[in-house]
Amino acid sequence: MAEPRAMTSITHPSQTVQNPFQRFLIATEIDTRLLGMIGALAIIWVGFNFFSGGLFLTPRNLWNLSVQTASVAVMVTGMVLVIVTRNIDLSVGSILGVVGMVMGVMQTQILPVQFGLGLGHPMIWILSLATGLAVGVGIGGLQGAIIAYLRVPAFIVTLGGYLVWRGAAWWVTAGRTVAPMDSTFQLMGGGPNGSIGALWSWVIAVVACVAIVLGLYFGRRQRQRFNFPLRPVWAEVSLAVIGCGATIAAVWVANAYPWPVRIAENFAEANGIAVPEGGLFISHGIAIPVLIAVGVGVVMTFLATRTRFGRYVYAMGGNPEAAELAGINTRWVTVKIFMLMGALCAIAAAISTARLNAATNALGTLDELYVIAAAVIGGTSLAGGVGTIAGALLGAVVMQSLQSGMVLMGIDSPLQSIVVGIVLVFAVWLDTLYRRNKH
Amino acid sequence: MLDTGKPLVEMTDISISFGGIHAVDRASIDLHSGEVVGLLGHNGAGKSTLIKILSGAYKRDAGEIRINGEAATINNPRDAKAYGIETIYQQLAVADNVDAAANLFLGREMVTSIGTLDDAAMESKAREVMGRLNPNFRRFKEPVKALSGGQRQSVAIARAILFNARILIMDEPTAALGPQETAQVGELIKQLKSEGIGIFLISHDIHDVFDLADRVVVMKNGQVVGQAKTSDVTKDEVLGMIIMGKVPPGAQPGPGAIAG
Repeated sequence: MAEPRAMTSITHPSQTVQNPFQRFLIATEIDTRLLGMIGALAIIWVGFNFFSGGLFLTPRNLWNLSVQTASVAVMVTGMVLVIVTRNIDLSVGSILGVVGMVMGVMQTQILPVQFGLGLGHPMIWILSLATGLAVGVGIGGLQGAIIAYLRVPAFIVTLGGYLVWRGAAWWVTAGRTVAPMDSTFQLMGGGPNGSIGALWSWVIAVVACVAIVLGLYFGRRQRQRFNFPLRPVWAEVSLAVIGCGATIAAVWVANAYPWPVRIAENFAEANGIAVPEGGLFISHGIAIPVLIAVGVGVVMTFLATRTRFGRYVYAMGGNPEAAELAGINTRWVTVKIFMLMGALCAIAAAISTARLNAATNALGTLDELYVIAAAVIGGTSLAGGVGTIAGALLGAVVMQSLQSGMVLMGIDSPLQSIVVGIVLVFAVWLDTLYRRNKH
Repeated sequence: MLDTGKPLVEMTDISISFGGIHAVDRASIDLHSGEVVGLLGHNGAGKSTLIKILSGAYKRDAGEIRINGEAATINNPRDAKAYGIETIYQQLAVADNVDAAANLFLGREMVTSIGTLDDAAMESKAREVMGRLNPNFRRFKEPVKALSGGQRQSVAIARAILFNARILIMDEPTAALGPQETAQVGELIKQLKSEGIGIFLISHDIHDVFDLADRVVVMKNGQVVGQAKTSDVTKDEVLGMIIMGKVPPGAQPGPGAIAG
């Protein structure tokens, strides 16, 4: 009797479904919810493109969209873990503000003047960033410890933190704006110099494609080793084609956006390059902040799905008592989540201050709400236990697309807030319907 | 076949109160290896609380726990697991949103040489253990939320036996199960017992326990009414202990017994 059972267990469930689209979905094991979000994003993009008279789907706008999303995208990857464990962090915008100020003061005053490194010293950006990360992790650790060990609800602790760190951001320089940033540090904000150019963008595309194919291959080999059901080969190939295709398309778009004419001319002049007829075409390529955000997304996905820490985060969200009884040190895990959140706020602060080329005490105002909204639109459940990094990143792109699309259409700013608010509620309602139908 | 030497577990004069209410009051209980002890009492008699002290979920106010005759320090569930104490809880302590393998290995995941989760190895081991316990179990990829009560209970039991428990605590293990699944759990208890594992079986329903247990201990209002070998008393006599606190001649009275 054991033989036929072993035989049936290696049949992939996709072989029992007739409808080709459903079969494709089951065979590739694509998350249908994520697919729905991509569909919604496509509708938003095409819609805006139509109503803005073709301004939305241009390399220039998409490139800007990617840079504008980077800061919120970095933070939302941490917010997913916070919300999955049934907590909330209302202080991320304020942490961004205070850490941005600290990094600004470090690179404009403390390091060049008090430490005598002089402006433009190559160590300045590293030391500033390291200080910012340390402050972010420290703030997150403090809030996490109060939540985990003193048992004060996260809502209250981070609401307090929202006020405290915003006040602290003011207090660092008594409200003065700090500018300009170190020239290397500025690269983290994007712009023509803060992009890696066409060649390196293609190198990254190739590396990413190789990683996708290898990932699929090793995943399959691992399943083969334990005699688990395998995806059909055509499904694996489709996944590889879709993944590599999306990567190449994104890089192609980034490379299709040239430097502004004046900057390109100045560059040509400085390097003694003759400007050809019809202007010099220098590609932006992928912006460094976008690269940082994608890197953070990959690392956070790895943390959430491939490590014990991630497993504990989801288990705690599903049943905190069961996690505790299973011997998980839930309090320490909570502290670690908030420390991680603090570190991500510091990275986002570096991107924001570098992009603005200034640290102001209002930087990051309202970011907490955009971050939480992006996580929730991306399918993170406030009830805990459910949410993916990829979904949240998509949520961040949806939020930013709505905002820049409405700017392109020339919609008044009060109306923009109204639309974003309605979309948030509508998206969560749709999600509720989806989940109810699934179970 | 009972080991009459040193008890595996000895809990002596355990007390714990919550806000002035003595949930457990100077209760003593012991367990030998290869023995099944039924812990009986009404809802709120203190049996679950007493046993949660052993499993590390609560910290006692007073009293002593000895494992293999040596004083044991149990302050949290991790300490208890270090002594080989595994617990299957009444409210099915599984994380609903992750799959069976993740639940089986929760807190003790298998990792690869570079420290990442070895999901394939865990799933393979889970398939092996679940195959022994519940051969019809197939849904390894789905969150536990999607499983039936019996399937979830088999996940919880598999989880306890996966790590070579010496002392197994089962709190109302069959409360959520149908008759067939209850019988399966009964078979499983006999199998574990023959392997020398000591089992505490907690229930408010005497029928769940009487046929499986070697000995019963009855609690009422946080105190031990008395204990008896199941061969020395009848079901009705034990019922009398549970309901009225009246100790029959075949049983040893405890501090909670009614005088006379």
